Amino acid sequence: MEKKTCLYDRHVALGALMSPFGGFIMPIQYSNITDEHNAVRQHCGVFDVSHMGEVRITGPDAERYVQHIFTNDVSGAPIGQIYYGMMLYPNGGTVDDLLVYKMGENDFFLVINAANIDKDVAWMKEHTAGFDINLNHQSDYYGQLAVQGPEAEAVVEEVLGISCSELKFYTAKVVGDIIISRTGYTGEDGFEIYGSHEFTQKSWDKLIESGRCKPCGLGCRDTLRFEVGLPLYGDELSADISPVMAGLSMFCKLDKPEFIGKEALVEQKANGVPQKLVGIELADKAIPRHGYAVLNNDGEVVGEVTTGYHCLSVDKSVCMALVKTEFAKLDTPLQVQIRKKVFPGVVVKKKFYDKHYKK
Amino acid sequence: MAQFMEGLLYSESHEFIRVEGEFGYIGISDYAQHALGNVVYVDMPDVDDEVTAGEEFGAVESVKAASDLISPVSGTVVEVNEALEDEPELLNKDAFANWIIKVQLSDPSELDNLMDAKAYEAFCENA
Repeated sequence: MEKKTCLYDRHVALGALMSPFGGFIMPIQYSNITDEHNAVRQHCGVFDVSHMGEVRITGPDAERYVQHIFTNDVSGAPIGQIYYGMMLYPNGGTVDDLLVYKMGENDFFLVINAANIDKDVAWMKEHTAGFDINLNHQSDYYGQLAVQGPEAEAVVEEVLGISCSELKFYTAKVVGDIIISRTGYTGEDGFEIYGSHEFTQKSWDKLIESGRCKPCGLGCRDTLRFEVGLPLYGDELSADISPVMAGLSMFCKLDKPEFIGKEALVEQKANGVPQKLVGIELADKAIPRHGYAVLNNDGEVVGEVTTGYHCLSVDKSVCMALVKTEFAKLDTPLQVQIRKKVFPGVVVKKKFYDKHYKK
Repeated sequence: MAQFMEGLLYSESHEFIRVEGEFGYIGISDYAQHALGNVVYVDMPDVDDEVTAGEEFGAVESVKAASDLISPVSGTVVEVNEALEDEPELLNKDAFANWIIKVQLSDPSELDNLMDAKAYEAFCENA
Protein backbone atom coordinates (compact mmCIF):
# COMPACT_ATOMS: atom_id res chain seq x y z
CA MET A 1 0.00 0.00 0.00
CA GLU A 2 1.51 3.31 -1.09
CA LYS A 3 1.82 6.20 1.31
CA LYS A 4 0.16 9.55 0.67
CA THR A 5 1.81 12.92 1.13
CA CYS A 6 0.12 15.66 3.14
CA LEU A 7 -1.07 17.20 -0.17
CA TYR A 8 -2.74 14.05 -1.53
CA ASP A 9 -6.31 15.38 -1.23
CA ARG A 10 -5.31 18.59 -3.01
CA HIS A 11 -3.81 16.68 -5.94
CA VAL A 12 -6.97 14.63 -6.33
CA ALA A 13 -9.13 17.78 -6.13
CA LEU A 14 -7.02 19.34 -8.90
CA GLY A 15 -7.72 16.30 -11.08
CA ALA A 16 -4.13 15.04 -11.12
CA LEU A 17 -3.26 11.71 -12.68
CA MET A 18 -1.99 9.81 -9.63
CA SER A 19 0.48 6.95 -9.83
CA PRO A 20 2.78 5.00 -7.52
CA PHE A 21 6.35 6.33 -7.26
CA GLY A 22 8.96 5.42 -4.68
CA GLY A 23 6.42 3.92 -2.30
CA PHE A 24 4.08 6.91 -2.51
CA ILE A 25 1.02 7.66 -4.62
CA MET A 26 2.13 10.82 -6.39
CA PRO A 27 0.79 13.27 -8.98
CA ILE A 28 2.28 12.53 -12.42
CA GLN A 29 0.55 15.41 -14.17
CA TYR A 30 -2.28 17.88 -13.56
CA SER A 31 -2.84 19.22 -17.09
CA ASN A 32 -0.18 17.77 -19.34
CA ILE A 33 3.54 17.19 -19.04
CA THR A 34 4.51 19.58 -21.83
CA ASP A 35 2.66 22.58 -20.40
CA GLU A 36 4.00 21.92 -16.92
CA HIS A 37 7.53 21.48 -18.27
CA ASN A 38 7.31 24.80 -20.14
CA ALA A 39 5.86 26.60 -17.11
CA VAL A 40 9.00 25.75 -15.13
CA ARG A 41 11.35 26.72 -17.98
CA GLN A 42 9.58 30.02 -18.65
CA HIS A 43 7.75 31.10 -15.47
CA CYS A 44 7.22 29.14 -12.28
CA GLY A 45 5.96 25.75 -11.16
CA VAL A 46 5.42 24.13 -7.77
CA PHE A 47 6.05 20.45 -7.06
CA ASP A 48 4.94 18.40 -4.08
CA VAL A 49 8.15 16.59 -3.21
CA SER A 50 7.07 15.60 0.28
CA HIS A 51 7.90 12.01 -0.59
CA MET A 52 11.61 12.81 -0.25
CA GLY A 53 13.20 11.55 2.98
CA GLU A 54 14.95 13.62 5.64
CA VAL A 55 17.48 12.55 8.27
CA ARG A 56 19.08 14.86 10.83
CA ILE A 57 22.54 13.97 12.12
CA THR A 58 23.73 15.75 15.27
CA GLY A 59 26.20 15.09 18.05
CA PRO A 60 29.89 15.50 18.77
CA ASP A 61 30.94 13.21 15.88
CA ALA A 62 28.30 14.34 13.34
CA GLU A 63 30.77 15.84 10.88
CA ARG A 64 33.18 12.93 11.11
CA TYR A 65 30.24 10.54 10.56
CA VAL A 66 28.94 12.43 7.50
CA GLN A 67 32.46 12.46 6.08
CA HIS A 68 32.54 8.66 6.55
CA ILE A 69 29.29 7.83 4.73
CA PHE A 70 29.23 10.64 2.11
CA THR A 71 31.43 11.10 -0.96
CA ASN A 72 31.60 14.89 -0.98
CA ASP A 73 33.70 16.89 1.49
CA VAL A 74 31.78 18.90 4.09
CA SER A 75 34.84 19.80 6.20
CA GLY A 76 35.29 23.48 6.85
CA ALA A 77 31.94 24.32 5.27
CA PRO A 78 30.14 27.48 6.32
CA ILE A 79 26.78 27.00 8.02
CA GLY A 80 24.04 26.92 5.40
CA GLN A 81 26.20 25.30 2.73
CA ILE A 82 24.71 22.36 0.81
CA TYR A 83 26.56 19.50 -0.87
CA TYR A 84 25.43 16.99 -3.47
CA GLY A 85 27.04 13.56 -3.36
CA MET A 86 26.45 9.85 -2.80
CA MET A 87 26.54 7.15 -0.20
CA LEU A 88 28.44 4.18 -1.61
CA TYR A 89 28.84 0.49 -0.98
CA PRO A 90 32.44 -0.61 -0.39
CA ASN A 91 32.57 -1.83 -4.02
CA GLY A 92 31.74 1.65 -5.33
CA GLY A 93 28.11 0.89 -6.21
CA THR A 94 25.68 3.58 -5.16
CA VAL A 95 23.42 3.28 -2.10
CA ASP A 96 21.76 6.62 -2.94
CA ASP A 97 22.50 10.13 -4.10
CA LEU A 98 21.58 12.85 -1.66
CA LEU A 99 21.91 16.43 -0.49
CA VAL A 100 23.69 17.25 2.77
CA TYR A 101 22.83 20.56 4.43
CA LYS A 102 25.22 21.91 7.05
CA MET A 103 22.80 23.41 9.57
CA GLY A 104 25.35 24.09 12.31
CA GLU A 105 28.59 22.77 13.73
CA ASN A 106 28.09 19.00 13.94
CA ASP A 107 24.51 19.39 12.71
CA PHE A 108 23.59 18.06 9.26
CA PHE A 109 20.29 17.62 7.38
CA LEU A 110 20.34 14.83 4.79
CA VAL A 111 17.75 14.65 1.99
CA ILE A 112 17.36 11.21 0.40
CA ASN A 113 15.28 9.61 -2.35
CA ALA A 114 11.79 8.40 -1.45
CA ALA A 115 12.30 4.95 -2.92
CA ASN A 116 15.45 4.49 -0.83
CA ILE A 117 14.30 5.79 2.56
CA ASP A 118 14.15 2.44 4.37
CA LYS A 119 17.35 1.17 2.78
CA ASP A 120 19.24 4.42 3.43
CA VAL A 121 18.20 4.77 7.06
CA ALA A 122 19.15 1.13 7.70
CA TRP A 123 22.50 1.75 5.94
CA MET A 124 23.17 4.85 8.03
CA LYS A 125 22.32 3.04 11.26
CA GLU A 126 24.60 0.14 10.33
CA HIS A 127 27.55 2.53 10.15
CA THR A 128 27.19 4.50 13.37
CA ALA A 129 29.52 2.28 15.42
CA GLY A 130 32.38 4.36 16.79
CA PHE A 131 30.58 7.66 16.21
CA ASP A 132 28.90 9.63 18.99
CA ILE A 133 25.90 10.91 17.03
CA ASN A 134 22.13 11.18 17.12
CA LEU A 135 20.39 9.98 13.97
CA ASN A 136 16.89 11.42 13.77
CA HIS A 137 14.73 10.13 10.92
CA GLN A 138 12.32 12.99 10.14
CA SER A 139 10.63 11.92 6.88
CA ASP A 140 7.23 11.64 8.54
CA TYR A 141 7.47 15.15 9.97
CA TYR A 142 8.54 17.14 6.92
CA GLY A 143 6.53 18.07 3.88
CA GLN A 144 8.51 19.59 1.02
CA LEU A 145 7.65 21.97 -1.79
CA ALA A 146 9.91 22.76 -4.75
CA VAL A 147 9.17 26.15 -6.33
CA GLN A 148 11.08 26.22 -9.61
CA GLY A 149 11.54 28.53 -12.56
CA PRO A 150 12.86 31.98 -13.44
CA GLU A 151 10.05 33.64 -11.46
CA ALA A 152 10.51 31.42 -8.38
CA GLU A 153 12.33 34.03 -6.29
CA ALA A 154 9.59 36.64 -6.77
CA VAL A 155 6.86 34.07 -6.11
CA VAL A 156 8.43 32.80 -2.89
CA GLU A 157 9.03 36.33 -1.60
CA GLU A 158 5.71 37.84 -2.63
CA VAL A 159 3.28 34.93 -2.28
CA LEU A 160 4.81 33.10 0.66
CA GLY A 161 6.40 36.15 2.28
CA ILE A 162 9.73 34.39 2.77
CA SER A 163 12.78 36.47 1.89
CA CYS A 164 15.12 34.38 -0.23
CA SER A 165 16.83 36.74 -2.68
CA GLU A 166 19.99 36.73 -0.55
CA LEU A 167 20.29 32.94 -0.67
CA LYS A 168 23.07 31.81 -2.96
CA PHE A 169 22.89 28.65 -5.09
CA TYR A 170 23.19 25.55 -2.89
CA THR A 171 22.75 27.40 0.40
CA ALA A 172 19.97 27.18 2.97
CA LYS A 173 18.62 29.08 5.93
CA VAL A 174 16.18 28.44 8.74
CA VAL A 175 13.10 30.63 9.00
CA GLY A 176 11.12 29.80 12.17
CA ASP A 177 10.65 26.04 11.94
CA ILE A 178 11.13 25.74 8.19
CA ILE A 179 14.24 25.22 6.08
CA ILE A 180 14.51 26.93 2.70
CA SER A 181 17.29 26.33 0.18
CA ARG A 182 18.19 27.55 -3.29
CA THR A 183 18.19 24.09 -4.84
CA GLY A 184 16.11 21.99 -7.18
CA TYR A 185 16.01 19.25 -9.75
CA THR A 186 14.95 21.11 -12.87
CA GLY A 187 18.00 23.04 -14.12
CA GLU A 188 16.20 26.31 -13.37
CA ASP A 189 16.56 28.73 -10.49
CA GLY A 190 14.33 27.73 -7.61
CA PHE A 191 13.82 26.87 -3.97
CA GLU A 192 13.03 23.83 -1.88
CA ILE A 193 11.11 24.44 1.31
CA TYR A 194 10.89 21.92 4.14
CA GLY A 195 8.23 22.39 6.80
CA SER A 196 5.49 20.75 8.82
CA HIS A 197 2.54 19.23 7.01
CA GLU A 198 0.39 22.18 8.09
CA PHE A 199 2.92 24.69 6.73
CA THR A 200 3.26 22.72 3.50
CA GLN A 201 -0.52 22.58 2.99
CA LYS A 202 -0.99 26.30 3.67
CA SER A 203 1.90 27.27 1.43
CA TRP A 204 0.66 25.04 -1.39
CA ASP A 205 -2.79 26.65 -1.17
CA LYS A 206 -1.29 30.16 -1.30
CA LEU A 207 0.87 29.28 -4.31
CA ILE A 208 -1.99 27.71 -6.26
CA GLU A 209 -4.47 30.46 -5.36
CA SER A 210 -1.99 33.14 -6.43
CA GLY A 211 -2.21 31.89 -10.01
CA ARG A 212 1.51 32.67 -10.38
CA CYS A 213 2.70 29.14 -10.00
CA LYS A 214 1.53 26.12 -11.99
CA PRO A 215 1.09 22.82 -10.13
CA CYS A 216 3.59 20.42 -11.68
CA GLY A 217 3.75 16.64 -11.42
CA LEU A 218 6.56 14.11 -11.37
CA GLY A 219 6.17 13.60 -15.14
CA CYS A 220 7.69 16.97 -15.98
CA ARG A 221 10.07 16.74 -13.03
CA ASP A 222 11.61 13.81 -14.88
CA THR A 223 11.71 15.53 -18.31
CA LEU A 224 13.20 18.68 -16.73
CA ARG A 225 15.94 16.90 -14.79
CA PHE A 226 16.70 14.60 -17.70
CA GLU A 227 17.31 17.27 -20.33
CA VAL A 228 19.84 19.10 -18.14
CA GLY A 229 21.64 15.80 -17.48
CA LEU A 230 20.77 15.30 -13.81
CA PRO A 231 20.79 11.64 -12.75
CA LEU A 232 17.88 9.75 -11.19
CA TYR A 233 18.68 6.94 -8.78
CA GLY A 234 17.40 3.72 -10.33
CA ASP A 235 18.16 4.96 -13.85
CA GLU A 236 21.61 6.59 -13.98
CA LEU A 237 22.81 5.46 -10.54
CA SER A 238 22.26 2.15 -8.76
CA ALA A 239 23.98 -0.51 -6.69
CA ASP A 240 25.63 -1.55 -9.99
CA ILE A 241 26.43 1.97 -11.26
CA SER A 242 29.17 3.89 -9.45
CA PRO A 243 29.50 7.68 -9.65
CA VAL A 244 32.64 7.19 -11.76
CA MET A 245 30.64 5.22 -14.33
CA ALA A 246 27.91 7.87 -14.23
CA GLY A 247 30.39 10.72 -14.80
CA LEU A 248 29.82 12.17 -11.32
CA SER A 249 33.39 11.92 -9.99
CA MET A 250 33.45 15.64 -9.24
CA PHE A 251 31.12 14.93 -6.30
CA CYS A 252 33.48 12.30 -4.88
CA LYS A 253 36.44 13.86 -3.11
CA LEU A 254 39.18 11.27 -3.33
CA ASP A 255 41.53 13.57 -1.39
CA LYS A 256 39.39 13.04 1.73
CA PRO A 257 41.14 10.74 4.24
CA GLU A 258 38.42 8.12 3.86
CA PHE A 259 34.79 7.39 3.06
CA ILE A 260 32.94 4.15 2.39
CA GLY A 261 33.65 3.17 -1.21
CA LYS A 262 36.68 5.41 -1.64
CA GLU A 263 39.13 2.59 -2.35
CA ALA A 264 36.87 1.21 -5.07
CA LEU A 265 36.61 4.62 -6.72
CA VAL A 266 40.37 5.14 -6.57
CA GLU A 267 40.79 1.78 -8.31
CA GLN A 268 38.12 2.69 -10.93
CA LYS A 269 39.78 6.04 -11.64
CA ALA A 270 43.18 4.35 -12.00
CA ASN A 271 42.17 1.35 -14.10
CA GLY A 272 39.08 2.61 -15.84
CA VAL A 273 35.51 1.34 -15.68
CA PRO A 274 33.90 -1.23 -18.01
CA GLN A 275 30.89 0.98 -18.78
CA LYS A 276 30.19 4.69 -18.88
CA LEU A 277 27.10 6.82 -19.01
CA VAL A 278 26.73 8.78 -22.25
CA GLY A 279 24.19 10.88 -24.07
CA ILE A 280 22.87 9.66 -27.42
CA GLU A 281 21.04 11.83 -29.91
CA LEU A 282 18.87 10.09 -32.48
CA ALA A 283 18.28 11.25 -36.03
CA ASP A 284 14.65 10.11 -35.90
CA LYS A 285 11.82 11.11 -33.58
CA ALA A 286 11.25 7.61 -32.14
CA ILE A 287 11.76 7.62 -28.39
CA PRO A 288 14.37 5.50 -26.63
CA ARG A 289 13.09 4.29 -23.23
CA HIS A 290 14.69 2.86 -20.09
CA GLY A 291 15.98 -0.64 -20.75
CA TYR A 292 16.10 -0.50 -24.57
CA ALA A 293 19.24 -2.02 -26.09
CA VAL A 294 22.06 0.13 -27.50
CA LEU A 295 23.89 -1.44 -30.46
CA ASN A 296 27.13 -0.70 -32.24
CA ASN A 297 27.24 -0.42 -36.03
CA ASP A 298 27.71 -4.20 -36.29
CA GLY A 299 24.43 -4.72 -34.46
CA GLU A 300 26.03 -6.05 -31.28
CA VAL A 301 24.50 -4.99 -27.97
CA VAL A 302 26.96 -2.64 -26.24
CA GLY A 303 24.72 -0.99 -23.67
CA GLU A 304 21.30 -0.04 -22.40
CA VAL A 305 19.19 3.12 -22.28
CA THR A 306 18.81 4.55 -18.75
CA THR A 307 16.40 7.41 -19.53
CA GLY A 308 15.11 8.69 -22.86
CA TYR A 309 12.62 11.23 -24.10
CA HIS A 310 11.65 13.30 -27.02
CA CYS A 311 13.40 16.30 -25.46
CA LEU A 312 10.83 19.07 -25.16
CA SER A 313 13.18 22.06 -25.11
CA VAL A 314 15.23 21.08 -28.16
CA ASP A 315 12.70 18.95 -30.12
CA LYS A 316 15.02 15.94 -30.50
CA SER A 317 14.84 12.34 -29.35
CA VAL A 318 17.70 11.80 -26.93
CA CYS A 319 18.67 9.42 -24.17
CA MET A 320 21.21 8.69 -21.53
CA ALA A 321 22.66 5.20 -21.80
CA LEU A 322 25.20 3.04 -20.03
CA VAL A 323 27.54 1.69 -22.72
CA LYS A 324 30.82 -0.21 -22.89
CA THR A 325 33.59 2.31 -22.33
CA GLU A 326 35.11 1.78 -25.80
CA PHE A 327 31.89 3.25 -27.28
CA ALA A 328 31.63 6.20 -24.90
CA LYS A 329 33.64 8.76 -26.88
CA LEU A 330 31.81 11.79 -28.24
CA ASP A 331 30.63 11.40 -31.85
CA THR A 332 30.74 7.59 -31.74
CA PRO A 333 27.93 6.26 -33.95
CA LEU A 334 25.57 3.97 -32.01
CA GLN A 335 22.09 2.61 -32.62
CA VAL A 336 19.09 2.13 -30.36
CA GLN A 337 16.65 -0.74 -30.75
CA ILE A 338 13.15 0.70 -30.42
CA ARG A 339 10.61 -2.11 -30.65
CA LYS A 340 11.25 -3.86 -34.00
CA LYS A 341 13.37 -1.15 -35.59
CA VAL A 342 16.90 0.08 -35.08
CA PHE A 343 17.49 3.83 -35.14
CA PRO A 344 20.88 5.46 -35.78
CA GLY A 345 22.30 7.94 -33.32
CA VAL A 346 25.53 9.47 -32.12
CA VAL A 347 27.19 9.94 -28.73
CA VAL A 348 26.76 13.49 -27.44
CA LYS A 349 27.24 15.25 -24.11
CA LYS A 350 24.65 14.04 -21.64
CA LYS A 351 23.20 17.47 -21.20
CA PHE A 352 20.62 18.36 -23.80
CA TYR A 353 19.63 21.77 -22.51
CA ASP A 354 21.66 24.36 -20.59
CA LYS A 355 20.97 24.93 -16.92
CA HIS A 356 19.78 28.37 -15.88
CA TYR A 357 20.87 28.60 -12.28
CA LYS A 358 21.12 31.89 -10.44
CA LYS A 359 24.43 31.65 -8.62
CA MET B 1 -15.09 13.43 -21.43
CA ALA B 2 -14.20 10.82 -23.98
CA GLN B 3 -16.34 10.55 -27.11
CA PHE B 4 -17.68 7.22 -28.36
CA MET B 5 -18.42 7.59 -32.05
CA GLU B 6 -21.26 5.54 -33.53
CA GLY B 7 -20.66 3.58 -36.69
CA LEU B 8 -17.17 2.41 -35.73
CA LEU B 9 -16.05 -0.88 -34.24
CA TYR B 10 -13.73 -1.03 -31.24
CA SER B 11 -11.24 -3.45 -29.68
CA GLU B 12 -10.50 -4.04 -26.02
CA SER B 13 -7.05 -2.53 -26.59
CA HIS B 14 -8.77 0.74 -27.62
CA GLU B 15 -8.26 0.75 -31.38
CA PHE B 16 -11.16 1.62 -33.65
CA ILE B 17 -11.83 0.49 -37.21
CA ARG B 18 -14.06 2.25 -39.71
CA VAL B 19 -15.03 -0.25 -42.41
CA GLU B 20 -15.57 0.89 -45.98
CA GLY B 21 -16.15 -2.06 -48.29
CA GLU B 22 -13.10 -4.33 -48.28
CA PHE B 23 -10.99 -1.68 -46.50
CA GLY B 24 -10.72 -0.61 -42.87
CA TYR B 25 -9.31 2.59 -41.38
CA ILE B 26 -7.65 1.82 -38.03
CA GLY B 27 -6.82 4.34 -35.32
CA ILE B 28 -6.98 4.86 -31.57
CA SER B 29 -10.15 5.79 -29.74
CA ASP B 30 -10.77 9.15 -28.14
CA TYR B 31 -10.73 7.33 -24.78
CA ALA B 32 -7.22 6.07 -25.62
CA GLN B 33 -5.84 9.47 -26.62
CA HIS B 34 -7.19 10.93 -23.35
CA ALA B 35 -5.48 8.20 -21.37
CA LEU B 36 -2.18 8.65 -23.24
CA GLY B 37 -1.91 12.42 -22.97
CA ASN B 38 0.27 14.39 -25.41
CA VAL B 39 1.18 12.12 -28.29
CA VAL B 40 4.71 12.91 -29.49
CA TYR B 41 5.43 10.08 -31.92
CA VAL B 42 3.53 7.47 -33.89
CA ASP B 43 5.45 4.38 -34.97
CA MET B 44 3.68 3.12 -38.10
CA PRO B 45 4.20 0.09 -40.36
CA ASP B 46 5.04 0.40 -44.06
CA VAL B 47 2.64 0.05 -46.96
CA ASP B 48 2.36 -3.63 -48.02
CA ASP B 49 3.16 -4.87 -44.49
CA GLU B 50 0.85 -7.61 -43.26
CA VAL B 51 -1.02 -7.05 -40.00
CA THR B 52 -2.66 -9.77 -37.92
CA ALA B 53 -5.70 -9.49 -35.66
CA GLY B 54 -4.56 -9.27 -32.04
CA GLU B 55 -0.95 -8.51 -32.92
CA GLU B 56 1.08 -5.35 -32.57
CA PHE B 57 1.54 -3.22 -35.70
CA GLY B 58 3.13 -0.08 -34.27
CA ALA B 59 3.09 2.17 -31.25
CA VAL B 60 1.89 5.52 -30.02
CA GLU B 61 4.30 7.40 -27.80
CA SER B 62 3.31 10.02 -25.28
CA VAL B 63 5.92 11.98 -23.34
CA LYS B 64 5.83 9.44 -20.56
CA ALA B 65 5.30 6.08 -22.21
CA ALA B 66 5.04 3.99 -25.37
CA SER B 67 1.79 2.14 -25.99
CA ASP B 68 1.57 -0.69 -28.53
CA LEU B 69 -0.96 -0.52 -31.34
CA ILE B 70 -2.81 -3.82 -31.71
CA SER B 71 -4.53 -4.54 -34.99
CA PRO B 72 -8.25 -5.38 -34.66
CA VAL B 73 -8.17 -7.26 -37.99
CA SER B 74 -5.84 -9.14 -40.33
CA GLY B 75 -4.89 -7.82 -43.73
CA THR B 76 -2.46 -5.77 -45.78
CA VAL B 77 -1.52 -2.17 -45.11
CA VAL B 78 -2.47 -0.13 -48.20
CA GLU B 79 -1.90 3.35 -46.78
CA VAL B 80 -0.43 5.00 -43.68
CA ASN B 81 -1.47 8.43 -42.44
CA GLU B 82 1.73 10.33 -43.24
CA ALA B 83 0.38 13.52 -41.64
CA LEU B 84 1.05 11.86 -38.26
CA GLU B 85 4.78 11.77 -38.97
CA ASP B 86 5.02 15.54 -38.66
CA GLU B 87 1.98 16.17 -36.48
CA PRO B 88 1.47 13.25 -34.08
CA GLU B 89 -0.58 15.61 -31.89
CA LEU B 90 -3.39 15.28 -34.45
CA LEU B 91 -4.37 12.16 -32.49
CA ASN B 92 -5.08 14.39 -29.48
CA LYS B 93 -6.99 16.92 -31.54
CA ASP B 94 -9.32 14.41 -33.20
CA ALA B 95 -8.52 10.74 -32.76
CA PHE B 96 -11.40 9.49 -34.92
CA ALA B 97 -10.67 11.76 -37.90
CA ASN B 98 -6.98 10.86 -37.85
CA TRP B 99 -6.82 7.17 -38.63
CA ILE B 100 -3.33 5.62 -38.51
CA ILE B 101 -3.39 2.88 -41.16
CA LYS B 102 -5.74 1.76 -43.96
CA VAL B 103 -5.90 -2.02 -44.30
CA GLN B 104 -7.32 -4.33 -46.93
CA LEU B 105 -9.17 -6.91 -44.85
CA SER B 106 -8.26 -10.55 -45.42
CA ASP B 107 -10.95 -11.97 -43.14
CA PRO B 108 -13.99 -9.70 -42.61
CA SER B 109 -15.48 -12.25 -40.20
CA GLU B 110 -12.94 -10.98 -37.64
CA LEU B 111 -15.08 -7.86 -37.35
CA ASP B 112 -17.62 -9.94 -35.44
CA ASN B 113 -15.19 -10.06 -32.49
CA LEU B 114 -15.24 -6.27 -32.05
CA MET B 115 -17.55 -4.01 -30.03
CA ASP B 116 -19.94 -1.34 -31.25
CA ALA B 117 -19.87 2.13 -29.67
CA LYS B 118 -22.35 1.25 -26.90
CA ALA B 119 -20.58 -1.93 -25.91
CA TYR B 120 -17.19 -0.16 -26.01
CA GLU B 121 -18.42 2.70 -23.84
CA ALA B 122 -19.67 0.18 -21.28
CA PHE B 123 -16.32 -1.62 -21.52
CA CYS B 124 -14.41 1.64 -20.79
CA GLU B 125 -16.69 2.52 -17.88
CA ASN B 126 -15.88 -0.80 -16.26
CA ALA B 127 -12.16 -0.51 -16.96
